Amino acid sequence: MTIQSVIGELKKIVGADNLLTQKEDMVTYSYDAAVLDPVIPSAAVMPENSEQMGKIVKLCSDNLIPITVRGAGTNLSGGTIPSSSSGIVLLTGKLNKIIEINEADMYAVVQPGVVTATLAAAVEKKGLFYPPDPGSQAVSTIGGNVAENAGGLRGLKYGVTKDYVMGVSFFDSMGEHVKSGSRTVKCATGYNLAGLMVGSEGTLGVLDEIILKLIPFPKTRKSMVAVYDTIDKASETVAAIISNRIVPATLELLDNFTIRAVEAYSHAGLPIDAGALLLIEVDGHPAQVAEDGLTVEELCKKFGAVNVKVATDDSERDKIWAARRSALSALAKLKPTLVLEDATVPRSKIPAMVKALQEIAVKYKIEIGTFGHAGDGNLHPTILTDKRNKEEWHRVELAIEEIFDRALALGGTLSGEHGTGLAKAPFLAKETGASSILFSKRLRKALDPNGILNQGKITG
Amino acid sequence: MVKMKELANSLKELEEQLVVCIRCGMCQSVCPLFDRTRKEADVARGKLALLDGLGKNLFTNPNGVSERLNRCLLCGSCAANCPSGVNVVEIFIKARAILAEFKGLSPAKKLIFRKMLSNPETFDKLTEWAGKFQNIFTKQDKNAQGTSCARVVSPLFGDRHFLPMSNKPFHSSKSYNKNSSDISEESTSIINTNAGKSGLKVAFFTGCIIDKIFPHIGKDVIDVFGFHGVGLYIPTGQGCCGIPALASGDMKSFEKLVEYHIQLFNEEKFDYLVTACATCTSTIKKLWPSIYKGSASKTREKIKELSHKTLDINQFLVNKVKVLSEYAEVKMDGDSIRSEHIVTYHDPCHLKKSLGVFKEPRILIKASGNKLVEMEGCDKCCGMGGSFNLYHYDISSEIGQIKSKNIADTNCNVVATGCPACMVQISDMLAKKNLNIKVCHPIELYAKALRK
Repeated sequence: MTIQSVIGELKKIVGADNLLTQKEDMVTYSYDAAVLDPVIPSAAVMPENSEQMGKIVKLCSDNLIPITVRGAGTNLSGGTIPSSSSGIVLLTGKLNKIIEINEADMYAVVQPGVVTATLAAAVEKKGLFYPPDPGSQAVSTIGGNVAENAGGLRGLKYGVTKDYVMGVSFFDSMGEHVKSGSRTVKCATGYNLAGLMVGSEGTLGVLDEIILKLIPFPKTRKSMVAVYDTIDKASETVAAIISNRIVPATLELLDNFTIRAVEAYSHAGLPIDAGALLLIEVDGHPAQVAEDGLTVEELCKKFGAVNVKVATDDSERDKIWAARRSALSALAKLKPTLVLEDATVPRSKIPAMVKALQEIAVKYKIEIGTFGHAGDGNLHPTILTDKRNKEEWHRVELAIEEIFDRALALGGTLSGEHGTGLAKAPFLAKETGASSILFSKRLRKALDPNGILNQGKITG
Repeated sequence: MVKMKELANSLKELEEQLVVCIRCGMCQSVCPLFDRTRKEADVARGKLALLDGLGKNLFTNPNGVSERLNRCLLCGSCAANCPSGVNVVEIFIKARAILAEFKGLSPAKKLIFRKMLSNPETFDKLTEWAGKFQNIFTKQDKNAQGTSCARVVSPLFGDRHFLPMSNKPFHSSKSYNKNSSDISEESTSIINTNAGKSGLKVAFFTGCIIDKIFPHIGKDVIDVFGFHGVGLYIPTGQGCCGIPALASGDMKSFEKLVEYHIQLFNEEKFDYLVTACATCTSTIKKLWPSIYKGSASKTREKIKELSHKTLDINQFLVNKVKVLSEYAEVKMDGDSIRSEHIVTYHDPCHLKKSLGVFKEPRILIKASGNKLVEMEGCDKCCGMGGSFNLYHYDISSEIGQIKSKNIADTNCNVVATGCPACMVQISDMLAKKNLNIKVCHPIELYAKALRK
């Protein structure tokens, strides 16, 4: 079938309202949040139920039409940029039902288009907790989170998306419906295909249902902010907290560049001369929170904090986290192009990574604001530039490559939570070696012999 | 194709504003339209990408982009929530103007904006005339909102419940000039009093909807300012703030209206320009200075001056007149304040998202002796969006019905809002569901409390 007749068939499956083909609409599905070149697809299709989704995958499979699945398109590694201009984009926007929240067994069953924050709010109403909270949670979808293995601020204590996926069902590249995992805490049947699907970036199948683990909502929490005159002392504190066997729910770092940007943006009264801030939250049982809170406060002071302020009520707590939440916005306002990296190191190596980033900024004469999840080793060096300045952009590309190299040399990874996508595919061999890529390619070839599922991502 | 290159060139002036968007997609979480359709072209990020594409000469004609650009409520929710601070509303309005210039206005819009709206006197005559004949075509429903619907099924009106135009618009009220002997027909103002005990004098910009549909709000304004000893100047001959023309990209009519009002309000000295319409306030305060490009340099200076002293009426009463303390004093003398009504408040986008005004109307409602209950999503758009409601009534109503449900869920008997345009939309939505909830402006509640 020609692409035109395939489009005709798609219309029969989802109806005219859910099929977009005009160029003006296609341009709006040619990008995501990564700083990469757009690819304009041939059609975008929005199924309203699993059955329609299955038919779409089967139709594309039979006619060798490339598919890229798209949730909210907030991807930072280009995973939702269409793989080919002859392909289609499959939108999960209307598959946004929370099918079940089971309080007795503490799990939720959702469609892939459910927005992360919507689910988190719905389970919180029942006294339950879905911890993964990527920065884009107000718009990102669970399907996207699973496909990218999204993280967030709470990774340190609560883990990331992969730690909450109990089961999935999906359509494989032939349009067959596959199920894996279960509603039970334990499940030892078959291959762990649910685990394989997490972080597969739409290359192995199209998710249509996800079972997520929920946990009890923490009883109390305590937040504090510690001010340091040098970033080195702050990063040493991070390592000390961990080595003292305390696992805060959140342990975030802001460097001086970021502090100044946030203060200029929000006038929250941050100390603009500070070398760094640590924002820390411990949560759990009241007795443990009190004890851990005190120990953390003492450690901060011991490792050179000039000042430690503990939030005494909710409004003070909100103020502390508002500063962290506005970090990206504040930095984004400084220059037209923002490259948000997420090279991650073992957490004890945070002081070394911080030093490396400072050296790289000087070496390539670029502006890097560093903030992020220091407690789990996942910093966000944020490069501010203007892509239209070709000479500077070249230096930025070299700097990014060096960030990767330095993180790997410290035993780290290219990406803590943004995924490989297009952006990091060319560098993956550096981390995993050629044989891992070969293995991945064979796996893909076996599961998707015609290569219709999000070609070009992960393995290049 | 040559012409498309020209268009791409004229869009160059937007480039610096367009590159600010980092495509993060956060606008999806607050866009009332995207919430209904889930289509990227309906949300700011998609529209900004389309304008970028038009600037890069990606399309063979501008119609598809123009059509999508017009599918927007201009509520500014995206801009208020944007991490990078993209000035979405300003970009969209400038782009609509560039596209209208390129494509030409439709004959209907040309007639409405250039011949009617931009000539306040003609516009007044036409609407007065229409007001007299409207009962032939519509019948009034006996409901709390006082809306009407079409007598016969009409393709034009559909199942709309609209508020009738007043038989006697505000601008034809008799002169309220107490201080002057001139109560003749030629009076140049509805009222012009000197500052009283407040020591303040304000000019009042009436706005079309208050003038033609809710003239009683204008009368409440006169009473409230009289009570507080605020000198009040309301010149006759006022027209539209220009937003309908601007939203359709008609710069010519917009600039004509701006120049007209700058001159009109130049006739008298006052401390603040106050309006009781969220949309007029935000248009005068934000769009007059940022969009007006006219060559008269003096006009630009004057726009700056006037927009600088423009305030929403709630903001003025609470922050400048400090009504709360004064009113409490008056009331405490007699009976203690008892809860008059259960009131919920809808935040107009043009007050909260454009101007950051949301505390003041609530203070005014409480100061009027009412119990205030918050609804879910009080600052979510009501779906009106001016001409959006005309062209996309189905989606506008879908969005409006969410609002109407949230209002009803509070079990209130009054919903107040600081924007007459929102009042029109909410009245339509509540009337459709036969809900016995009155729609009013906070100033009505306050005036009523003062009269007691």
